[in-house]
Amino acid sequence: MGAYFKENKIMNKLLLGMAFGPLLALPFASAAVAEVGVSPTVWGVRTDKLEYRVGDDNKSLAWELQAWAGNDELRLVFLSEGVKIEGGDFEEMEHQIRLQKPVTDFFDGFVGLAASTPDGVPERYYGTFGVTGLAPQWFEVEAAVYVSDFSYVGAEVEYEGLLTNRLILTPSIELSVPLVDDPERDTAAGGASLGLGLRLGYDLIGRNVSPYIGVNYERVFGGTADLRRNSGEATEELTGVIGVNFTF
Amino acid sequence: MKHTNILRPLAVMLGLALSIPAQADTYDITVDRIRIDTGTFKKKGIGYNGSQTPTILKFQEGEDVVIRVKNNLRESTSIHWHGLILPFQQDGVPGISFNGIKPGETFTYRFPIEQAGTYWFHSHSGFQEPDGAYGAIVIAPKGGEAVPTQRDYVVQLTDKHPHSGSRIFRNLKGSADYYNRAQRTAQDLIEDAGAKGLKAALQDRKMWGAMRMMPTDIEDVQGFTPLINGESTVQNWTGIFKPGEKVRLRLINSSATTYFDVRVPGLKMTVVQADGNDVKPVVVDELRIAVAETYDVIVQPREAKAYSIIGESAGRTAMVRGTLAPSPDLVGPFYKMRPKPLLTMADMGGMMSGMDHSGMDMSGSDHSEKDMSGFDMSGMDHSGHDMSAMDMSGMDHSGMDMGGDLPVVPAKGAAGASFYAPGSGLIPTAANGGKFLGYEDLAARKPLYRDRPATREIEIRLTGNMERYIWSIDGVKYEDSDPIRLQYGERVRFKFVNETMMAHPMHLHGMWTIIDTGKGAYDPVKHTVSVAPGTTLYTETEVDAAGQWAFHCHLSYHMAGGMFRKVIVEGGPS
Repeated sequence: MGAYFKENKIMNKLLLGMAFGPLLALPFASAAVAEVGVSPTVWGVRTDKLEYRVGDDNKSLAWELQAWAGNDELRLVFLSEGVKIEGGDFEEMEHQIRLQKPVTDFFDGFVGLAASTPDGVPERYYGTFGVTGLAPQWFEVEAAVYVSDFSYVGAEVEYEGLLTNRLILTPSIELSVPLVDDPERDTAAGGASLGLGLRLGYDLIGRNVSPYIGVNYERVFGGTADLRRNSGEATEELTGVIGVNFTF
Repeated sequence: MKHTNILRPLAVMLGLALSIPAQADTYDITVDRIRIDTGTFKKKGIGYNGSQTPTILKFQEGEDVVIRVKNNLRESTSIHWHGLILPFQQDGVPGISFNGIKPGETFTYRFPIEQAGTYWFHSHSGFQEPDGAYGAIVIAPKGGEAVPTQRDYVVQLTDKHPHSGSRIFRNLKGSADYYNRAQRTAQDLIEDAGAKGLKAALQDRKMWGAMRMMPTDIEDVQGFTPLINGESTVQNWTGIFKPGEKVRLRLINSSATTYFDVRVPGLKMTVVQADGNDVKPVVVDELRIAVAETYDVIVQPREAKAYSIIGESAGRTAMVRGTLAPSPDLVGPFYKMRPKPLLTMADMGGMMSGMDHSGMDMSGSDHSEKDMSGFDMSGMDHSGHDMSAMDMSGMDHSGMDMGGDLPVVPAKGAAGASFYAPGSGLIPTAANGGKFLGYEDLAARKPLYRDRPATREIEIRLTGNMERYIWSIDGVKYEDSDPIRLQYGERVRFKFVNETMMAHPMHLHGMWTIIDTGKGAYDPVKHTVSVAPGTTLYTETEVDAAGQWAFHCHLSYHMAGGMFRKVIVEGGPS
């Protein structure tokens, strides 16, 4: 089977992710010349991470991309997130499509579908719902429930610290807690995985191109850590990162 | 095309009296895709008659104009004659006055010129106006100018941005602070902590952070190059004078979103007209021109040297210099921009009343009191403000109860401060410490209308969500709104309540807006009124124009977002 099969598999996974993309365009295809005083449909594409990670054991490429389109009442959001080991597998590969709607002044609620399709483990699909928005004191937060036979909950907090108006220090926390065991994926109920990041970026060209450096730390806890240890895998990983974010 | 208007018989009589025959001149305008060069950047944009220098239409009061507008764009266009009193079908708002001008088509506007003064025109389609589709209108009065001058120049300001209007709108919707490069940083925190102690500095940050509002949120869109008559500071627009001559400057703010503070250092400016209507002359050192307003000022340079016309954005993020000089080779001096202002809690009054408090921790304030006095004002940053202009003791806390009314302007306060919330961070002061013009200084030279009580009051709440960059009236965007219905012949009193943290230049098409400054028949008559954040302001309108009209905030991106209404005048001559 070898290389050919593997290439094909990678392509399939990428295509699965991409298939979500065109869906974005559908509800808004009729965005004609704006009528006076009526909000035109708007859109945006941005990366929140696009980086090269250097750790003790391996090097990898990681990305987090968001594309959205819509109006004040409703937005369709496409998310892509992943990590590819240099010369190896896609260690992480997550795609989501969401319908997002304001629920308070500062928070959106969303419902969507999520696909988790990394290499070497069974694929998982979820229905998801949650909230995302801006908490007091400028913390960007998100909390979501991912529902399937292998449900889990996830939360993210990020803060943009303006050292100057262009030099921005961004600490971030990501936490996901499995609600049920998923032994095929070396995951145990309650065995959380935590990601901590600290990235220092500079807005080089407007907000369009922002190179950054930083550190990324990931660790699993509890039963999940035990399972990983038993499989001879690491339970924590510290990497230095260098990357560049784009906004369109 | 004959249209009856109550002013028309008067104009005809005046015309007869002065024996000036009515002309019927034809004017041609092409709407073109052009290359705009600001000296700091180049971009594609739109220009009238193929030029980034704004076209000036010169009309004579009493003439019947025929204006042929040829659309050379690949999209529909329109021209709105800002401030002109005319039949509504000629007003140039697609979807309200007419269907717009399709690509390749020529539309012929025909209307009588029934007024005099300085006005302007611009596209009312999409984001063509911020992209460059604007020009000036100068109408010579029948009997000559009330204050004659030897020189007469249009000084048309704009905020030319490297991004297209639609891109700016999209970016703001993606992130409302996209263009705010004047946000408070760690460095500012250290400086503030040094100036007034760490505790106070942190408390101040905590207070703004609790609201998720920025005190630096004064200009939505930064990063533009301001232009005077299509020319940036380096390109240096120059008006020529001979020492001792009186020079009339017709200031027009055609910006997409920027208010400008205008001065001619070394010279007093005598304001003689506002929004096309003569006012009793008032001598000032500086004035703030809101988006879409016009002011005619007269200066009299006596020395044979170059004077600068300085337009400094109200948020102090950009500045333009033009020159008045005895010869074209001279260049006026450049001045340093003044420090950036910060909004205060007074400017946030409306946000308070309109907000959902459930998630708010107001640092020890007692919510049960629901009163501004519960806020810890000690954490406020007053460093950038003129404390003398702030009458905190006179602040009416009872009027600022959450959910209650916002302070009514004109408020008691220092000169130039009356039309701001008491304690506002936006109150301007003249660069030389002199007189700064305020609406309270404006009085009609001759009353345009008989003073009479309004037949009814209509409340217009200016609302929005800054973080989402959503703008509306009474919490409803244009697309979801019902038209405002007025009866021909009535006099309506508008109560504007600005519940947002930004100033909104409100423009009613087709009919005059009389700002209540407490002068009765001599209240100034305008087409655009700037409503400062956290204030209640009253205007009155004689409903003397039948048809349907646009009514909106003139900040391009607020208008496009939905801070807009259709006004239908029922009854009257058809």
